[in-house]
Amino acid sequence: MQFYSRRKKLIGNSQTEQLYGHCLQFYGQPPIENISLSEFETFAVDRLKLLKTVENLGVSYVKTSEQYTKKLDAEFSNLNFPYKIEADDRKPQTGPSEYEKRRKDHISHFILRLAYCQTEDLRRWFIQQEIDLFRYRFNDLPSKNIREFLEYNNLHYHTISIDEKKNLMDKLINSSFAVSGSTVDCKDFYKVPFQDALDLVRTRKVYLKGGYVYIPHQDIVTIVLNDFRTRLSKALALTARSLPAVQSDERLQPLLNHLSHAYVGQDYSIQKSIGKISLEQIDPLSAKSYPLCMRQLHRGLRDSHHLRHGGRMQYGLFLKGIGLTLDQALQFWRSEFVKGKVDADKFDKAYAYSIRHMFGKEGKRTDYTPYSCMKVILSNPPSQGDQHGCPFRHSDPELLKQKLQSYKVSPSGISQILELVKGMHYQLACQKYFELTHSIEDSGFSLNHPNQYFMESQKLLVGPGAGVKVEVKREDNPATKPPNPSPHQTPGPGNLPQEVAAEITEDLDSFFQDA
Amino acid sequence: MQKMNPYKIDIGAVYSHRPNQHNTVKSGSFLALEKELVFDIDMTDYDDVRSCCSGADICPKCWTLMTIAIRILDRALRDDFGFRHCLWVYSGRRGVHCWVCDEAARKLSVAARSAVAEYLSLVKGGDETVRKVVLSDPIHPFITESLTVVERYFSQYALLGQDILGSKEAVDKVLALLPEDVRKKLLQYFQTEKNPETRWETLKSMAQDKRTTAKKGHYFEMEIMLQYCYPRLDVNVSKGVNHLLKSPFSVHPKTGRISVPIDLKELDRFDPFDVPTISLICEELDQPKTEEEQEDTMEIENKKEAGERRKMRDYKRTSLAKYVKLFDQFLEGMAHSRKGELLKNSDLQKDF
Repeated sequence: MQFYSRRKKLIGNSQTEQLYGHCLQFYGQPPIENISLSEFETFAVDRLKLLKTVENLGVSYVKTSEQYTKKLDAEFSNLNFPYKIEADDRKPQTGPSEYEKRRKDHISHFILRLAYCQTEDLRRWFIQQEIDLFRYRFNDLPSKNIREFLEYNNLHYHTISIDEKKNLMDKLINSSFAVSGSTVDCKDFYKVPFQDALDLVRTRKVYLKGGYVYIPHQDIVTIVLNDFRTRLSKALALTARSLPAVQSDERLQPLLNHLSHAYVGQDYSIQKSIGKISLEQIDPLSAKSYPLCMRQLHRGLRDSHHLRHGGRMQYGLFLKGIGLTLDQALQFWRSEFVKGKVDADKFDKAYAYSIRHMFGKEGKRTDYTPYSCMKVILSNPPSQGDQHGCPFRHSDPELLKQKLQSYKVSPSGISQILELVKGMHYQLACQKYFELTHSIEDSGFSLNHPNQYFMESQKLLVGPGAGVKVEVKREDNPATKPPNPSPHQTPGPGNLPQEVAAEITEDLDSFFQDA
Repeated sequence: MQKMNPYKIDIGAVYSHRPNQHNTVKSGSFLALEKELVFDIDMTDYDDVRSCCSGADICPKCWTLMTIAIRILDRALRDDFGFRHCLWVYSGRRGVHCWVCDEAARKLSVAARSAVAEYLSLVKGGDETVRKVVLSDPIHPFITESLTVVERYFSQYALLGQDILGSKEAVDKVLALLPEDVRKKLLQYFQTEKNPETRWETLKSMAQDKRTTAKKGHYFEMEIMLQYCYPRLDVNVSKGVNHLLKSPFSVHPKTGRISVPIDLKELDRFDPFDVPTISLICEELDQPKTEEEQEDTMEIENKKEAGERRKMRDYKRTSLAKYVKLFDQFLEGMAHSRKGELLKNSDLQKDF
């Protein structure tokens, strides 16, 4: 993309009409046109707001529920993104045309690719939100448009013959809740290699035979999503490689930096309070300020003088996040393990290494960051003998109830929590637990990290000034220069005037603070 | 390898560059290119449902769990996923491994391996979870097929061998998996009826009754069978492309037993305690040769090189012979397939 400071008027011609012939796209081709810097910025920020909404709604509501779609619809129209096929394109419209909305969609996606391709975390976040966004829009398409979309993008999945459908009738019906006898009779079924339908295979929502899954037409969205995810993942990797060229452009760099810094969330990896926690404080802290998952791990460790690998990672990194030093950590774990079946020598040989590894003192010296709620909930579910995971997600509701009762949570509080758990709102359940144990009405924050829980709890109990202080570490990108334009820059046609640049970054800052 | 005299041999992936040079390669270029899809079933994962042993111990009673696991997983890998080359190996102590060697399997991504492992997982949850199998409508054909296998062994293994409906302690564990009303009824019923098989029949019929009357599906008798018998695999072993697994034919350091391939045609008769140990092999090798063997070797001597001669003579005199033959058959199968593929491809390219 080339950039000029003056706004270039776009003239719609037949070529560009074809480019945006469909309201949904795979973003295969980057845009080839000139746009102004201010349009660049507006598009990017708008899309980011949209993705942020997608993320927030995804945590609070089930992704296909009515509230979710209603709220997302509203956001779409507020930000002028294309979301529904306009019934009649010739209807006089106020505001931007469908074409302009699609163009914005296209360009803003590619801008955000630049901002979000640099690290694994950023990429993962971006891909997740883009996928949710795509799914939402795809589900909205009427089936004629779906067929068009598939053809347009060369996804040739073969349908099975009527005879084969008859033979497999029972199996097809029993493989999926949504498939009935009439579905098999009337709708097309596609035979897709299982590698292209991993989500359906993983959850056993589809009939699998000889390495192929048999998918009813209505489920083709999952396949398409997989394809989208793979393409986007590869594209981001490629983008990362050509990033240095883009970053050397001083006009874009401040914006891209701000975009990527503000939305990944705090990672709690650097603490100002290192060493401010003593080992004696850990037991009382576990009862007062630990989220339930860590309280469970701590209890498990004290009771059996041992934790398995998953538990050691989750708890060990959390302790690092609340301010334990490496030496304290070694002392803490050793003293506990030694009470169990492990003697001091064995501890030093087998476990000390992995603790030092956690602190970035071994191996490839990665300073691992404490797990966020998403990570705990979604990855590495506990099995027989494990204590890690999220109790709201992984514990049997009966056992969870007993545990909450033993922690003196009121019966009405417990049932509220269990309701949230039933609705799969695990983080909201934990937030409720926070509110009940701290005797407040509203926690005032949106929980997404165990260390955040701890920090907020300490703030409440000890006061914001004193006690554990956490310096929030933003995703640091060593390759970028400082965000302020250099003082030697003179205002000119090719550069942003300093005040404007500062203004932009201020605006962005204040916008980004609200989350 | 004889020179290196390794303590242990584990097998991982085929990489793009020599692994010990991975630091010299530009980051991102060092990749795992291919790796067999593997499964590891470990008896300790069943400790909460077997009463005869625990930890590293196994006995003929609980070994049935491995038999069930192999039958269920092998069927699924073949019929559902279309894999044709699965080698099942006894781990040497308390479990079995499966090596899926099809080309398609070797090229699977991490996400695909994880999906396959999840598809095959029905028992979920750790110490905190009481009810580890939850079934709901509709019952997927995979579950139905797996249940068919479990049913064949359930009476003998669980009701008689493990006596899960015998002692009060065991019965309580089973009852904990049932809905409240069923539990109460059965507790009362069990006061008079003591025969485990009759008890089980009643439990089953109660489940069937509930299904005809209630709106929701109640599958608790199936859930119990699965929780007690269905294979428990470690998903992490199957997921990782960098993961290493013990090589077949290695010696288990704690038992001395050789990790031998298991003949699926004789699966019900496989006895882990009958598997040769390294000491046995050494003993057998030390035995003087019989006359017949001497004659054979005279013949072969004329045809092969010294090293090979020694090789051929030696293992054939030991109990390992039949296992090596099994392995050879497996490899032949793979070679045959590969030839077929190559022929197919060259035909497609009109290369005669």
